[in-house]
Amino acid sequence: MVWPVVYNPTQRQLSALKTLLFLVCLLPLARLGWGLWSDQLGANPIEFITRSLGTWTLNFLLITLTVSPLRKLTGWHWLLRLRRMLGLFAFFYVMLHLTTYLWLDQFFDWTAIVKDILKRPFITVGMSAFVLLVPLAATSNHAMIRRIGGRRWQQLHRSIYVIAIFAVVHYWWLVKKDVTLPALYAVLLALLLGMRALWREQERRQQLAHVSPLAKKRGKVIPIAARQ
Amino acid sequence: MLIRNPADLVPSEITPRGVFDNRREFLKAAAGTTLGLALQPMSDAFAAEKLAAATKSPFSTEEKPTAYKDVTGYNNFYEFGTDKSDPAEHAHTLRTRPWTISVEGLVKQAKTFAIDDLIKLVPLEERIYRMRCVEGWSMVIPWLGLPLATLLKQVEPLGAAKYVEFISAADPKTMPGVSSRVLDWPYIEGLRLDEAQHPLSILAVGLYGEVLPNQNGAPLRLVVPWKYGFKSGKSIVKIRLVEREPQTSWVKANAREYGFYSNVNPEVDHPRWSQATERRIGEFIKRKTLPFNGYADQVGKLYAGMDLKKYY
Repeated sequence: MVWPVVYNPTQRQLSALKTLLFLVCLLPLARLGWGLWSDQLGANPIEFITRSLGTWTLNFLLITLTVSPLRKLTGWHWLLRLRRMLGLFAFFYVMLHLTTYLWLDQFFDWTAIVKDILKRPFITVGMSAFVLLVPLAATSNHAMIRRIGGRRWQQLHRSIYVIAIFAVVHYWWLVKKDVTLPALYAVLLALLLGMRALWREQERRQQLAHVSPLAKKRGKVIPIAARQ
Repeated sequence: MLIRNPADLVPSEITPRGVFDNRREFLKAAAGTTLGLALQPMSDAFAAEKLAAATKSPFSTEEKPTAYKDVTGYNNFYEFGTDKSDPAEHAHTLRTRPWTISVEGLVKQAKTFAIDDLIKLVPLEERIYRMRCVEGWSMVIPWLGLPLATLLKQVEPLGAAKYVEFISAADPKTMPGVSSRVLDWPYIEGLRLDEAQHPLSILAVGLYGEVLPNQNGAPLRLVVPWKYGFKSGKSIVKIRLVEREPQTSWVKANAREYGFYSNVNPEVDHPRWSQATERRIGEFIKRKTLPFNGYADQVGKLYAGMDLKKYY
């Protein structure tokens, strides 16, 4: 078999794939629901649920960020058509995560919540990540992309890199002592962002290679072509 | 006033917790004994060793004790891993016999006690205490133990002794967490001498009428109910009376977040989270945290005139 494998699903196959993916993305929630029902979430189920929803938010952020590199490596351009759903699931899980905090941790004590956001660095950074994610979720449909314009939409959605970094920092700062897991997420994120930086640098050099040495000397700004 | 009525219902007379919690399995096993094959699960159910009858104590709270499975299944004991389910899973490797505890340092007569002698030193008392973890959750635990002051009296502390240092076991062969660098091993905790001599401070050797389960710090652990849980060292092998404030493991790890005193105090936040409320394990709504974990009347005077925001 030759790599990359050429695979292009038909419209119907893609729809089926999307439905399947949608159901798979709900599994973490179903597992929590089942665990709660059958009393399998340990001595502190509320903490377990809050942590688990946070972990799955982070997982979905990283999975969403994996789509582009995976597409580049495999040549499966249709993967891009699954990305919005994955990103929206990150938003779905962060909404639940936030709800457990506001409700089950703070019981809607808004004074305490505001104080918490201002005083606790890990909550400040987590809340910032959430706030930054809202416009991305709000502009995720086709109508909004058309309205904003593809180029500006893409610029806006690059904030996902910052959001993911904030999310990892949020995790790192909340851990008491053992940072093994946050460190693992940090490495994965660094890999995902590093690949992008590397490819961008390669692209820049390729473009530069086609420019006359004279132009380089004059310090002309070389724009990087917008990627499709 | 110290009321020392012998308990009318001693914990050991109650069905062992292990049997009670597994009563359905127990019944199934009992039904199956005619075949003689079901003896194994039955003997497992009886595995927890009962302790000699304990006297009740006026220091005990009337609050409802936290479920046995939560007390023994949700633990911070980093020597067995940092996840709270790790100790219950891994602590079976700990060997608690033979076990000695040496009490030394600035004392007239340093002594080494075999654990079984220590348990018989004085009649054990049942102490039902609140336990507040620095992470914002709490439990009510029926401990069995002896006052720490009783042990200290045995060695006669010298006048120069101002602090007591508690050193836990750190055996990489039986404690898998010790091979990680998460804390500076062995686990060291400390108290001021007057805190250590306070009647609320105990050395626990059991809970729920049974020998202390490994994950709870067997065979002997400190319990200081007005301080955050981490102040109560587990699986103690050495107690030293010293002149200077001991360098404890958590102070070494992060002095800004974990102070030497670490008295439960809703007014002094942990830098990363509020300490104003707590979730009692098994409850839905959070409770307000009480100063000194509700023991202010007994221990407040130990800290008279001290700035508790400074000495956190």
